[in-house]
Amino acid sequence: MKTYTYTEKKDTRSGFGAGLAELGRTNPNVVALCADLVGSLKMDTFIEENPERFFQVGIAEANMMGIAAGLTIGGKIPFTGTFANFSTGRVYDQIRQSIAYSGKNVKICASHAGLTLGEDGATHQILEDIGLMKMLPGMVVINPCDYNQTKAATLAIAEHNGPVYLRFGRPSVPIFTSVDQKFEIGKAVKMTEGNDVTIVATGHLVWEALEASKALFEEGISAEVINIHTIKPLDEEAILNSVAKTRCIVTAEEHNYLGGLGESVSRVLALNNPTPQEFVATNDTFGESGTPAQLMEKYGLNSTAIIKKAKTVIGRK
Amino acid sequence: MPNTQQLKDLTIQVRRDILRMVHKVNSGHPGGSLGCAEFFVALYNEIMDRNEGFNMDGIEEDLFFLSNGHISPVYYSVLARSGYFPVKELNTFRLINSRLQGHPTTHEGLPGIRIASGSLGQGMSVAIGAAQAKKLNNDSHLIYSLHGDGELQEGQNWEAIMYASAKKVDNLIATVDLNGKQIDGATDDVLAMGNIKAKFEAFDWTVVEIKEGNDIDAILKGMAEAKSKTGQGKPVCVLLETMMGNGVDFMMHTHAWHGKAPNDEQLASALSQNPETLGDY
Repeated sequence: MKTYTYTEKKDTRSGFGAGLAELGRTNPNVVALCADLVGSLKMDTFIEENPERFFQVGIAEANMMGIAAGLTIGGKIPFTGTFANFSTGRVYDQIRQSIAYSGKNVKICASHAGLTLGEDGATHQILEDIGLMKMLPGMVVINPCDYNQTKAATLAIAEHNGPVYLRFGRPSVPIFTSVDQKFEIGKAVKMTEGNDVTIVATGHLVWEALEASKALFEEGISAEVINIHTIKPLDEEAILNSVAKTRCIVTAEEHNYLGGLGESVSRVLALNNPTPQEFVATNDTFGESGTPAQLMEKYGLNSTAIIKKAKTVIGRK
Repeated sequence: MPNTQQLKDLTIQVRRDILRMVHKVNSGHPGGSLGCAEFFVALYNEIMDRNEGFNMDGIEEDLFFLSNGHISPVYYSVLARSGYFPVKELNTFRLINSRLQGHPTTHEGLPGIRIASGSLGQGMSVAIGAAQAKKLNNDSHLIYSLHGDGELQEGQNWEAIMYASAKKVDNLIATVDLNGKQIDGATDDVLAMGNIKAKFEAFDWTVVEIKEGNDIDAILKGMAEAKSKTGQGKPVCVLLETMMGNGVDFMMHTHAWHGKAPNDEQLASALSQNPETLGDY
């Protein structure tokens, strides 16, 4: 079985910052906006190098989304930056009307998504954002897994003409994908080959899925881990090809099971190949304060939870 | 360049378009549309520097954004009569499979529309973004926008108003249609906003008042003044005092026609007050 190791940990938001900095040097149409969270979003390098292409909006996310929509008129490619909570739920109608319905080329870049935001607690830990964004017609939804993939995704979305929601996080996590990867929107990445169970994971849960697959392998269970960085459009073919072989699936995400990746996968399976599925996701709940590791443990979003669900779903075949 | 009489004739025809559009589908917003007919006619025929045809990016031309999208009838009529799409298409307003949705949208690809509006309070931010894009592109043309007075109750406006002066967005002329009315009644009764001029000035905008907002000459004079005040480090606000339902006696002095269509008899009366000038669609 293919195994993954890492030598360095970094936050995915820094991958975004690095990607944005590179875009600043290579794409003169890219502009950035922020609602008073420049440091948190790691936008400093872009700002330093392109002060005229940066718009500090202050604590006014609704205005930021509208300005971003307006900047596209004139050919700019705006990247907005704030926490995932303030990037989605707080400004849903602004995104819906001025960006999605209007078909504007805005990249909504959202940090501190999910429980791993940690100690700030539930007011800031959105677990509903994937659902909110994937329901908007035409919106692309991307949740990369590590620093390298987040950087690659940031570069890739600048080339896509249309609204994109790019979701990433706060904590340092292992870097296990390649530095020079080609990021294809909507194309899943098969991480391991396996025959007994498919594990489809997104974001921080990809590493946990790989850890789970190692432990399962030692118990004689071969898991096929698929990294779904793009939740919409979903790589249906990759999922269907895998379950044709394994005949069961676990979905894993740092999000409510309602509206998340798991539900998108369920629909694909229901329509094409009904298959037993277990969900690693939060169970219709808000989060709370704690360290990221404590929270992921308490809410069942780590490799231990994935191993347990994998065994359950294999038993349902 | 059309003379004032031509603009007045066009205004009457636009009124007829508005009335016939909303009557046909028994829905839509005639009151605010009629109140702003002169403004739209002046804007598209005299005030804005527009390119031929339609290009979404609008490089090297003045652009207009309608924030209070419910007055789509006047917008559609003036866009059509300014050459953006066939006048005959006004016949499809609010019908299934039409590009003329109840509220304006880019979704159906109607030339002339650059942003969807209808959910209120968002247009000022969009206009500011477009204005800043013009600056980045070294394009000295202006951004015009229109907002309802009731719409100022939406908080996003005040985020945008604060931002525009702080960031010296001085290539923007945002006009507020001061008709003093909204769906539920007089703005003063629904949620009094006090002195709007003082509020804009407190946010460090330049304010130009047009007291006779249904008079073409007054609009041209006021908008010329507003234009002369751009490029001086401050955004410009025009307070346009209009009469909701202007040009139709029974639609004036009331908020009742904000979002209601006339019946057959009422339409006949309204049209008789505005005899055809340039030909109905």
